[in-house]
Amino acid sequence: MSTPLVQATDLAMTFDVSAPWLNRVLERKPRLLLHAVDGVSFAIERGKTLALVGESGCGKSTVARLLVGLHEPTRGQFRFDGLDAHAIYKTGHGLKLRRRIQMIFQDPYASLNPRWRVEDIIAEPLREHGLLSDNAAVRERVEALLYSVGLAAPDRIKYPHQFSGGQRQRISIARALATQPEFLVCDEPTSALDVSVQAQVLNIMKELQAELGLTYLFISHNLAVVRHVSDQVGVMYLGRLVELADKQVLFDHPRHPYTRMLLDAIPKMHDTGRARTPVQGEVPNPLNPPAGCAFNPRCPHANDRCRSERPVMLSSDTAHVACHAVEEQRL
Amino acid sequence: MIVTLKRWLDSDIGYSFRSSPTALVAALIAFICGFAALFAPWVAPHNPFDLATLELANARLPPAWYAEGSKAFLLGSDDQGRDILSAVIYGARISLAVGLVSVVLSVLVGVTLGLLAGYVGGWVDAFLMRLCDVMLSFPAILVALLIAGVGRALFPNAHETLAFGVLILSITLTGWVQYARTVRGSTLVERNKEYVQAARVTGVSSLRIMRRHVLPNVLGPVLVLATIQVATAIITEATLSFLGVGAPPTSPSLGTLIRIGNDYLFSGEWWITIFPGVMLVLIALSVNLLGDWLRDALNPRLR
Amino acid sequence: MSLLRVEHLVVEFPGRRGTLRALDDVSFDIAPGEILGVVGESGAGKSLTGAAIIGLLEPPGHVAGGAIHLDGQRIDKLPPEQMRKIRGRKIGAIFQDPLTSLNPLYSIGRMLVETIMTHLPVGAAEARQRAIQLLKDTGIPAAEERIDHYPHQFSGGMRQRVVIALALAAEPQLIVADEPTTALDVSIQAQIITLLQRLCKERGAAVMLITHDMGVIAETCDRVAVMYAGRIVEIGPVHEIINQPSHPYTRGLMACIPDMSRERDLLHQIDGAMPRLTAIPPGCAFNPRCEQVFERCRQDRPELLAAGATRAACWLHAQDGAAP
Repeated sequence: MSTPLVQATDLAMTFDVSAPWLNRVLERKPRLLLHAVDGVSFAIERGKTLALVGESGCGKSTVARLLVGLHEPTRGQFRFDGLDAHAIYKTGHGLKLRRRIQMIFQDPYASLNPRWRVEDIIAEPLREHGLLSDNAAVRERVEALLYSVGLAAPDRIKYPHQFSGGQRQRISIARALATQPEFLVCDEPTSALDVSVQAQVLNIMKELQAELGLTYLFISHNLAVVRHVSDQVGVMYLGRLVELADKQVLFDHPRHPYTRMLLDAIPKMHDTGRARTPVQGEVPNPLNPPAGCAFNPRCPHANDRCRSERPVMLSSDTAHVACHAVEEQRL
Repeated sequence: MIVTLKRWLDSDIGYSFRSSPTALVAALIAFICGFAALFAPWVAPHNPFDLATLELANARLPPAWYAEGSKAFLLGSDDQGRDILSAVIYGARISLAVGLVSVVLSVLVGVTLGLLAGYVGGWVDAFLMRLCDVMLSFPAILVALLIAGVGRALFPNAHETLAFGVLILSITLTGWVQYARTVRGSTLVERNKEYVQAARVTGVSSLRIMRRHVLPNVLGPVLVLATIQVATAIITEATLSFLGVGAPPTSPSLGTLIRIGNDYLFSGEWWITIFPGVMLVLIALSVNLLGDWLRDALNPRLR
Repeated sequence: MSLLRVEHLVVEFPGRRGTLRALDDVSFDIAPGEILGVVGESGAGKSLTGAAIIGLLEPPGHVAGGAIHLDGQRIDKLPPEQMRKIRGRKIGAIFQDPLTSLNPLYSIGRMLVETIMTHLPVGAAEARQRAIQLLKDTGIPAAEERIDHYPHQFSGGMRQRVVIALALAAEPQLIVADEPTTALDVSIQAQIITLLQRLCKERGAAVMLITHDMGVIAETCDRVAVMYAGRIVEIGPVHEIINQPSHPYTRGLMACIPDMSRERDLLHQIDGAMPRLTAIPPGCAFNPRCEQVFERCRQDRPELLAAGATRAACWLHAQDGAAP
């Protein structure tokens, strides 16, 4: 089996959210550390899509930002095509690496500079990386990119505010594809869009993946969308990966209690009227995570071991689960 | 140019401008004053500072609508025979020039420092903000007196150019702070927006991001502030000149004229000080009103 | 007799480029104790409908035509003072963002007691008891202590429960809920909509639930109205709308929602986009995007016509056989 294109090993990101130094000294406040991501490992094969799902505070957006180099991990490694990505980001070769990894953001209104024309927005990666110097060549490429996302060539002279949310998201996709990347990190790209527009954008993303052989990391909180786009699904909770499995396996046979509850809790269009076990409680404060397994306060199967010992990821062929109850075969 | 002007008049801001009588009148007055000041040698009937044309016979004439007045001196003349109207026009020129230059310099310094503070953050931000706090605790007058005193001690001979340098420097030094603070606030907001992050992911350098991405989006409030600050700068300059540390008497600004004329107020020659005062008020008021309108016009439309 | 009757409601926004018609002839009923869902995409006018009913349209928007009757009384033309009394007593409101719905300077007990005492003839002590009971009903633990806490001391889901308690405090007959769960996590969403449904059934309050999430509608509502470009295009029992929609837009909408139970290669998509309010086509607003369009659609605007178990504004269901 060839090396996967994307390999994350024990990635962790801790933010220092303490009060300013002066306040800490005068008010005797302690240092506050936020473990946004706490030991996440996964691998993505070339041409496949891994979806990361979870609720607020689970750290999935931070994982996305770690992979594209917006943050440096406090622990762990991210290997891209066999190379240590963060080591490269720091050197002069970082620019070359950034050509191969790009990102699409959630908010279509904030992800495009309102003062720039569309052609400048899309051409920026081209100019930054010096891929095309001739103005005519740049313009041709911009028009080709616009066409590939379902927009028209005359759109290039317009400003972002002249487009709808779905169209802006397509412009973002066009910008991301400008340098012909291999890996796209998509942070909730359709969450801010209407349902019918979401369908259009998801379809375009799927077509582009088939056409260009792209690899996606797809972040979302919407499990229905995730089921549609992904090959593999990872479920995150409070900075940790609790389950990672092939899509079919995860949806048909969820193992982790949190995954089960999440799947159960989602309001569904069809198949309503089933009695469900409602999820208890709320996501705890990430600054003060529970000891042991992060999910134990809300888990109906928690025992003493869960409250003290943090579960390790256990792997089988198709699924990885981090749960003591599963390990002890209580579930 | 006509096309751009036409397009601007049709836009939302242009419409707001057209439908606000205050803005229209203020713009008109400001334009007239600005025009007159710019083309002073051609607009003013005399050159009041050309000593060759002055005749003591023309001294202390009242304005033209008085019996003793003369049409050649529409607003009267001062104790040396200088035409008040011309003096006011030339004075406006100096006042406007000083006001505009100091505002431009303030904006340059303030916006740059504000961008740096907001984007880089950390100790750079903390340091610059403390600097702002320190600058704010000095009134412009005090700074001007300080710099004037130091300057005069260091360069006892270069009096005239020094006077202008000191004037512009002190107004700039106290004026840049508000731009820095405003721009810092806007930069903090823009920095977290996703288009900036997209540029960082692409690998654009921080300097470039600040200059090409953030700067165009934070200049809006700066424009409003600058317009209003032109009026403040002119008044500050007038105050400093009135106190004697501003423009020299050989090229008097409106403030200097007011000071000189003040002495003649009690001997009944009111026109020497009143007309420069009226001109000062007109300029400051019209620029202020324009700034007010601009602030209101830009605000609700910003989403 | 219906509790809320909206007849031919028109909401307009006069502007310098002309008048914008944001709601164009909207009519529907809500029976006492019923939960009606109002669904549609952004710009369809669902929030505006809720705002018009509560009487909180942002000027220059105003009701330009039609009538709103609540419990037999006409409320759209009431003076502000009288409308204020109705708001709270007869109509309760729940908005999307629990963070901004609560005044951060008041304790929740104070807000609750104030609301109760304004609308109901009870004393301060009794009002406080009722407030505590309300908090218990909405599932807030340790209600006797938490009643004196401030909004920032509650988490997102808890805050939304407080908002629900506030809305129910004066025992209204109708609750207008505008996207009450959109800002919440999925697992909390489920808790909140179950709570809302249970409390309203218990107290006999009707609910107008405005949202874009069909899953929430499917689980909570009795009937649902689908809105498009300021008009209602289909209205009917919720399961009929979802499983056997009659209007082409509703059909397209249901088909393009990714669903947990099925898996498809490509999602069905409706080409084009909802028209801007300044450029609504003549006839049926959906006609440029409709796959089954014919000539009449482009000329005459359809009324809500009977179509199986629902009513759809579509000429395909015209009884006079005009459909091809």
